[in-house]
Amino acid sequence: MPFGLLKYGLRKQHPGQHHFTPTKPLKSHYDVVIIGAGGHGCSIAYYLAKQHGITDIALIDKAYLGGGNTARNTAVIRSNYLTESGVNFYRDSVELYQGLSNEFGYNIMMENRGQLTLAHSDAAIRSFRWRAEVNQHLGVRSELVDRQTIRELVPNLNLSEDSRFPILAGLWHADGATARHDAVVWGYARGACQRGVELHQLTEAQGIEIDAGRVVGVRTNRGKIACGAVVQAVAGASSVVGKLAGIKLPIHSFPLQAMVTQPYKPVLTPHVSSPHVHVYVHQTSRGEFVIGGGSDPYPLYHTRATLDQREILSAATLELFPFLAQAKVLRQWAGTTDMTPDYSPIMGLSPVENYYLDAGWGTWGFKATPISGKTMAELVATGKVPALIQPFELERFYRFQQVNEAGATAASH
Amino acid sequence: MKLLRCPLNGLRNIAEFLYGGEVHPLTDPSHHGARAWAEQVFFDDNAAGLVLEWWCHRPTSYWFIAERNTVTDQVLRTFASSEYYVESVTFKRVSSGDPNA
Repeated sequence: MPFGLLKYGLRKQHPGQHHFTPTKPLKSHYDVVIIGAGGHGCSIAYYLAKQHGITDIALIDKAYLGGGNTARNTAVIRSNYLTESGVNFYRDSVELYQGLSNEFGYNIMMENRGQLTLAHSDAAIRSFRWRAEVNQHLGVRSELVDRQTIRELVPNLNLSEDSRFPILAGLWHADGATARHDAVVWGYARGACQRGVELHQLTEAQGIEIDAGRVVGVRTNRGKIACGAVVQAVAGASSVVGKLAGIKLPIHSFPLQAMVTQPYKPVLTPHVSSPHVHVYVHQTSRGEFVIGGGSDPYPLYHTRATLDQREILSAATLELFPFLAQAKVLRQWAGTTDMTPDYSPIMGLSPVENYYLDAGWGTWGFKATPISGKTMAELVATGKVPALIQPFELERFYRFQQVNEAGATAASH
Repeated sequence: MKLLRCPLNGLRNIAEFLYGGEVHPLTDPSHHGARAWAEQVFFDDNAAGLVLEWWCHRPTSYWFIAERNTVTDQVLRTFASSEYYVESVTFKRVSSGDPNA
């Protein structure tokens, strides 16, 4: 690769690369239709094509590639969850992330910065100790750290004992990372398109055709597609698309708001989150501080930003990093999070045969992009639910076997 | 949405209110098995569009019903729950038997 880059640099002309094949007319039949060309949809298409040789795939999206929650998340990658099911799943995802740039031949700007979660109470320390033990047992690097270690990791964090909620300890997760979220979806989409997958943007699923309990086609604004299988990967619209197939889901959709400041020199390496003051902060390689985690107090399918959340996020940020008091906020935005009752995704089989669910991604979807694609592709290709995602099946709610994932979000609970 | 009209207290700041979930007909546990009960507890329409939902004015603990558009973030009207539930709901006592029956 470096030689290719050198040759390119020494050329007189520098033609741009076409990442994706131009849109073709929609065929009347595909083996698989994937609804949603976000990170997950593209990842599923990529692994179906690469690992299972299934390339007759239409990857459809009502808007544009990676324009939904893939563009709106705050790009946090970590695996320090609490349940065994959760830790195993996200650990494998983080491992896949580590190799993605090489696999794609395309830089996803993976940065292994580590993640620090703060405890402001004795109860939080107890739960961190629990999480650290579970994580270490399952091969994830997590440890409880004291104030001195926190001071070394994040020298400009407000460790004053006079603050409203003094910091008592932390959970240090060395495997925590960040990556360029757009590059992840572009890398997957490019890899899928190179293997023959068709990307169809501005193609909205408007109806699902079911015959004798089995999915047979998708009605879109560009015509009807007959197909052998359908995967829905539409974070933020899971209930709406599920309803097209007559599937009711245990999901409530809430906007989650985040914002970024103007750029600064590099002063903060790890990702810092505080469940207690409800905020998480990291500095991007561009220098902006990403501040996130403000969930709206009621369900909504609207991605407006509110002054209420800006005030709440700012107050919490200043508690941790008082030096940001003069920072200007450049952007504030929201993404729709499909929250499940147990803070775990809903993946796998659905009540409709050959209709597969990749839903309920709440605030934990970006970090799961590689592993959800890999496991869902295996399910679609073989018809067998991989062990890694068996705990996340929809049926768990009927059996009262939820996966209570208390380590799910960095800030909101 | 910054203000919400409480049927009891008039127009108040949204921060005084608590969202309480979708309005559904109640499932009578004596007539349904575990699956119906699971649906009652966990599953919702989560519709994009007009919905009926419970809200509570926290300072006065007053529960009422709002008709809201979940796409535009607008409340169309709010009203006392007695307008919706015109008859009181009573369930038969469940005999101790197989709950999965």
